[in-house]
Amino acid sequence: MHIFEGFLPSPWWQAWFAISIPVILYGMYKMNKLVSERREVVPLLAVAGAFIFVLSSLKLPSVTGSSSHPTGTGMAAILFGPAITAVLGVIVLIYQAIFLAHGGITTLGANAASMAVIGPLVAYLFYKAASKAGMNFYLNVFLATAIADWVTYVVTSLQLALAFPSASGGVLASFAAFAGIFATTQVPLAILEGALTALIMKYVVQIKSDVLVDLNVLTTTAVTKLKEAMQ
Amino acid sequence: MKLEYIVAVIVLLFAGQFFYGVLANPDSEFGGADGAAGDLVSEISPGYEPAEPWFQKYLFEPPGGETESLLFALQAAFGAIVIGYTIGYYRGKGESNK
Repeated sequence: MHIFEGFLPSPWWQAWFAISIPVILYGMYKMNKLVSERREVVPLLAVAGAFIFVLSSLKLPSVTGSSSHPTGTGMAAILFGPAITAVLGVIVLIYQAIFLAHGGITTLGANAASMAVIGPLVAYLFYKAASKAGMNFYLNVFLATAIADWVTYVVTSLQLALAFPSASGGVLASFAAFAGIFATTQVPLAILEGALTALIMKYVVQIKSDVLVDLNVLTTTAVTKLKEAMQ
Repeated sequence: MKLEYIVAVIVLLFAGQFFYGVLANPDSEFGGADGAAGDLVSEISPGYEPAEPWFQKYLFEPPGGETESLLFALQAAFGAIVIGYTIGYYRGKGESNK
């Protein structure tokens, strides 16, 4: 979903900064508060951040003949909510923009909005709604993270379409063209990301289920049931 | 163990879609989708020149593909160490408390 340096004209890159920065600042406040109130979540926060590091470093080939990145943000969003995830996501984006010339500084706001803000928000909302409806935990994690990964790239397509409407068909035609590249390439990657996230969440349930209850990710009864199923 | 089997099947299917993609796009080098989107920008707005911000020349840029892949590998390795260490630590702690 990286939009390269210089590939968003004014006022678009500024507008996406205006959307991302408040969320990131709020996320920093929330993260500080969480870490100072509950030291025991720090290892889990590190795992969620590291998961974004690993997944977003992988350039995976897709059936369309292009390669793209998974995002890895869904897990953090389910565990810590979208605001804290925005902080973790933007750290990775800054690393890639500065050391890898992947993405860019002026386009950081737009890339953060798609990968670190909107994608995680979708994962979080889906997870909460589906867990209220009683969906199986692993299926819920799988769907929430796969959808969030895919939505990230739909947002990127929209960002480019808004900045570059086509002469004949306007924003809609442009959106269809960009989504044709990003959204189709992303489908297999999103499925893989969902599966990997579900698996790592199983291990989190095994080792840190008490913290999951503290963070309101799962209820005590849900944890007991999941653990019984593991025996 | 059931979830592990399902994930293994999905990983195999992922490999399958890749090999299918190789057959279906014999000339493709599987370049980045972000690059393809960049090409599309110049197709839609032929006159568009990506703006180069003033600080661009002060920024580090990997000299080539080798250094770039090194930095990507470091990123992945760092993440994997943190995940493996933390999960291993708590697993071991859980075992010794039994």
